[in-house]
Amino acid sequence: MSKSVIEVAEATKTFMISAGFMRGKMPLHAVNGVSIDVQQGEVLGIVGESGCGKTTLARMMLGLLDPTSGAIKVNGQPVDNVDRLEVARQLQPIFQDPYSSLNPRKSIGDIVTLPLKVQGDPDPDTWKRRAEEMMEMVGLPSRVYNNFPSQLSGGQRQRVAIARALINRPEIVICDEPTSALDVSVQSQILNLLQDLRKEFGLTYIIISHNLAVVEHMATRVAVMYLGRVVEQADTETLFKSPKHPYTEALLGSVLTPVPGLGVPDTHLGAAYPNPIDPPSGCTFHPRCAKVMDCCSKQFPPTIPNKHGFVECHLYSQDAKPPKVAAKRGRAAAKKAVNGSGAAQKKSRKTRARASRRK
Amino acid sequence: MTDATIGRASVPTAQEILEPSPGAMLRRRIFGHAGIVIGGFVLLVIFLMALLAGVISPGDPYDQVLDRKLIPPVWFDSPKATWEHPFGTDALGRDYLTRLFYGARISLLIGFSAMLISGIIGTTLGVLAGYFGGRVDMVVNFILTTRLSLPVILVALAVVSLVGSSLTVVIWVLGLLIWDRFAVVMRSATQQVRNLEFVAAAQALGCSKTRIIMTEIMPNIVNHLTVVATLEMAHAILLEAALSFLGLGVQPPEPSWGLMVSEAKGLMFFDAWLITIPGAAIFALVLSINLLGDGIRDVTAPENRN
Repeated sequence: MSKSVIEVAEATKTFMISAGFMRGKMPLHAVNGVSIDVQQGEVLGIVGESGCGKTTLARMMLGLLDPTSGAIKVNGQPVDNVDRLEVARQLQPIFQDPYSSLNPRKSIGDIVTLPLKVQGDPDPDTWKRRAEEMMEMVGLPSRVYNNFPSQLSGGQRQRVAIARALINRPEIVICDEPTSALDVSVQSQILNLLQDLRKEFGLTYIIISHNLAVVEHMATRVAVMYLGRVVEQADTETLFKSPKHPYTEALLGSVLTPVPGLGVPDTHLGAAYPNPIDPPSGCTFHPRCAKVMDCCSKQFPPTIPNKHGFVECHLYSQDAKPPKVAAKRGRAAAKKAVNGSGAAQKKSRKTRARASRRK
Repeated sequence: MTDATIGRASVPTAQEILEPSPGAMLRRRIFGHAGIVIGGFVLLVIFLMALLAGVISPGDPYDQVLDRKLIPPVWFDSPKATWEHPFGTDALGRDYLTRLFYGARISLLIGFSAMLISGIIGTTLGVLAGYFGGRVDMVVNFILTTRLSLPVILVALAVVSLVGSSLTVVIWVLGLLIWDRFAVVMRSATQQVRNLEFVAAAQALGCSKTRIIMTEIMPNIVNHLTVVATLEMAHAILLEAALSFLGLGVQPPEPSWGLMVSEAKGLMFFDAWLITIPGAAIFALVLSINLLGDGIRDVTAPENRN
């Protein structure tokens, strides 16, 4: 049970991007030293804001991008050294947007049988039958075999993408925001389908999402990413019940509630997402942190393991000052850091909430 | 009550409603598009003229009958006009209609061959640059800029005067010079398609680069290719006419339309039909090809219509 199928060790991906006209190129650390172990049979959720490096991490695991440093192993073998076909047999992706993940010029049958063709499957006579079996498993009627993607709905297209990913029976499926491009009513169908298929084939999932509800529903373990780092990792129940890292707390607090009059939740994440070319010093989260301390802007936070996983925050290191005092000072500092528009927005939110309460 | 039952019976169940396949939709759009129908029809007529020139021509394109020279076409009110030479004869007494038919062969041959050569060069360079990017892109861009800095007519003139002019030389010179638009369009089209997720999915499936380019990318950019191909074919035909007019293209006595205009320019004021007939033929051919190209763009990429 506890065999690790994917080991990511200190993986870094740095893109050189142009900083502007005549200013040369600057490094952007999209993924900055991430270590993750994925055990067989588990569902690892990766959450974080847009731009935190989730998709880059997924693409490195798939072998579509080479890590700048660090190593990624699938079943003990480094992804970049093994034959691509070998990796493809063990690891398959499901992408976010089913409108761009299917070639519009190919029929559904061609799309679903492509993996068999590429792997040089020995008996071509069985391809059609196997593709239709797979399509039935993901809930597609076999009559769409000769149709084109443009004739299907979003949910059906995502089912085609799932069928394509699973027809060679991989062990691991990396779902990069599998539902975020779909209608709400279809999202749950796809998630339930993924759950069923997991039981059926004994799959290991890595689910990347910024939708916390999806992760809570699907994942057994969650890694929270911020600016290219995993800042907290814990099993799902612990993480959602008692988040350790202030960023996790803020993320959980940012979920909208259907209660009228509550207004938009105040997450203290007032300051805008930092520029990843020029990340803040020390703990990269400190300009937005509600519990910021003096040491946060100076020192890189240590990784503190606990019995559920780990957290990367000064709050939990032994030599940190008592957080309560620090928190007060920190909040003032954070408010100062908030830019003008952010502050104005916050204020208007509060007044709006007050106004609705008066009603 | 009866209305309701009829209504119910005629409405198909939700499962039966399927959009028509892309092929069927494309056919419907093609036949509903005036540009394609008209352009296609004119092009077909010219193509048949070229193909059947040996069968339908009233005479021989090289046969000179000097005592029957400069006969005006039949619609001219002239005692010399005769149905033996419906479009009249030129200054050497050659039947003009026959020369027009044979000239269509040369125009289409040059247009098609030059388009094919430039298409192969330009598409290869453009797709490679768009797919691989980075250094490959830089090299292709350099070659492209170099090519764009060469004026086509001047280079063609220089080459032709250097190696002598013949049909083959004209085809190769044009083919090697007008690939720039293919490269530019194919490059940007490839860049667009390359970043779509189905390419990443194919990579994750372990597809080879050749397979990805041929089966994932090419089918999605081939509509741009057809459009550029038709435009470049028209371009090549016009350039051939210009070169022949300057005396550096097809050489007499070959019946090229450009050459026919050139040969008639001395008689422009007295026997204007000698210029208007081949001129109108060039106009009709280029217009029909352009109409067809525009039409193909409209029906294959309706979102790009303006």
